[in-house]
Amino acid sequence: MDYKAIIAKYRDTTGGILEAFNAVQKELSYLPEEVIAEAARIFNIPAAEAYGVATFYSMYSVEARGKNVIRICESAPCHIAGADEVIAALERELGILMGESTVDGLFALEFTECVGQCQATPVITINGEPFFDVTAAKVPGILAKFQK
Amino acid sequence: MAEEMRIVLRNYGKIDPLEINDYIALDGYKALEKAKAMEQALLIADVKKANLRGRGGAGFNCGQKWSFAYQAQADQKYVICNADEGEPGTYKDRLIMENDPHTLIEGMAICAYAIGATKGYIYLRGEYPFLVSTLNAAIEQASKKGFLDKFSIEVRSGAGAYVCGEETALIESIEGKRGEPRFKPPYPPAEGLWGKPTIVNNVETFANIPVIVDKGGEWYASIGAPSYPGTKVFTLTGDINNRTFFEVPTNTTIYELIYKFGGGIPAGKKFKAVQIGGTSGAFIPTELLKTPVAFDAMSEIGATTGSGAVLVLDETRDIVDVVTRIAGFFEHESCGKCAPCREGTARTHELMHKLNEGFGSSEDLELLDRLGRVMSISCLCGLGQAAPAPVLSTIKHFNADYYAKLV
Ligand SMILES: Cc1cc2nc3c(=O)[nH]c(=O)nc-3n(C[C@H](O)[C@H](O)[C@H](O)COP(=O)(O)O)c2cc1C
Ligand code: SF4
Ligand code: FES
Repeated sequence: MDYKAIIAKYRDTTGGILEAFNAVQKELSYLPEEVIAEAARIFNIPAAEAYGVATFYSMYSVEARGKNVIRICESAPCHIAGADEVIAALERELGILMGESTVDGLFALEFTECVGQCQATPVITINGEPFFDVTAAKVPGILAKFQK
Repeated sequence: MAEEMRIVLRNYGKIDPLEINDYIALDGYKALEKAKAMEQALLIADVKKANLRGRGGAGFNCGQKWSFAYQAQADQKYVICNADEGEPGTYKDRLIMENDPHTLIEGMAICAYAIGATKGYIYLRGEYPFLVSTLNAAIEQASKKGFLDKFSIEVRSGAGAYVCGEETALIESIEGKRGEPRFKPPYPPAEGLWGKPTIVNNVETFANIPVIVDKGGEWYASIGAPSYPGTKVFTLTGDINNRTFFEVPTNTTIYELIYKFGGGIPAGKKFKAVQIGGTSGAFIPTELLKTPVAFDAMSEIGATTGSGAVLVLDETRDIVDVVTRIAGFFEHESCGKCAPCREGTARTHELMHKLNEGFGSSEDLELLDRLGRVMSISCLCGLGQAAPAPVLSTIKHFNADYYAKLV
């Protein structure tokens, strides 16, 4: 769907800019400049304020990034459960470093703090879907689901 | 020894969360009917009598808070459920919403009636996108059955910001702004969402309400520790045999949590430390394990009950390394509005990193201690005020670990 149509759906939601940004990101994976400008127009706020919102929240990116956003929890419970090994495996498997995207535009690799699935540390999420008790050995299998 | 007791998780595993009739079959929404037949002031008085204190971390008396919003004169009032659950190691609110969304909705509806609100919001953290449909389905079922005749609920999603769990930052976020905390007072029950009287309560707090209304405040007040009665859900992580959750009366001790419910430390290793209440909690040594988990007892030892996260470390863990990671968390999550926190969390992380890498001196340690004490009294919101707790408590109780790393 066109980003203008997505944002327009939230026109009557007071304070709904986060809802609009969330919905756009589901489609585009990030918030391009024109999305921020359009949201500012629809919600009747200065563009600077809309940009301020887009840069405040860690799940938003104002720069282009891979389609499937992989986030690795680095909070203390995941940290001591071996998140570092998972990070190394993901970097190796994708050939990129944390904070980067693959050249084919398929994956982005990011840190996150706790995602609330601490019964099964270490945890990663891909497009918001959690994967549990992740080990280096499990990484290729998890990625394969998104490589199609 | 204490036994597990389920109040907020009473329906866990017993009902289909997407089937309101299951909830109704287990007496669901009876408390709402009962509440609506009571005078508002009497209903609030009963919640006050229960002495239910907020389960989001600050431990404020719930009935008291409601009475402020009830007394406020306004054309519009709001009820907000804080489902931001960002404290690392915590997933109890997710358990409630995932398994029994109606208990939350019923609690919110009772609150709405009590204070005279017609509109409610559930502010759900951005990391729980899969719960949006569960909550919306439950809200729709409840309104179809007529339980939400004078009260509507909207689910709003965050987008990844720990500070948005702070109630005024959360309100800013619902208003569509950056999630920066407001100066207080005014407090939300006087001036909250869009300047109107607003109640913000945690998911677990709301989940207690139907049972309190059903069985009475006096009954609830008699459970657990008198100054912080009822039960609390704890989620156990780290070096613990049972990496799971428990709901226990509040007079349960930390020792019982770890050794009885948690099944002790794996692989025959010894206990080293436990951090309770999430990443902003203090680290607690062996000597203090007999402390009950209730709010005031924990305050007395310089710790918190907080969200109920329990992170256990065994004897092999490098506590300075873990605290360095935690300092990184606060640097990342500081919203930057006030200088003591914006600068303080960055400097704390820098100093911790230096110490952890083996380049720190005893002066650095003193500096860290002083910085922490300044932050805890000068930061604008609870994030900056609590950020030094892990550092200060480990310098106090695990000094040898720091000394072992000094140059
Ligand atoms: C940095 C920070 C984060 C917080 N995060 C949460 C949270 O995730 N969930 C929550 O219910 N309360 C959180 N709180 C506490 C809220 O500000 C507020 O006290 C609570 O929502 C009130 O509800 P209660 O009285 O039912 O606990 C946080 C506070 C601070 C300072
Ligand atoms: S204490 Fe930290 S998080 Fe709170 S307002 Fe100040 S900068 Fe923001
Ligand atoms: S600490 Fe990693 S999911 Fe909670």
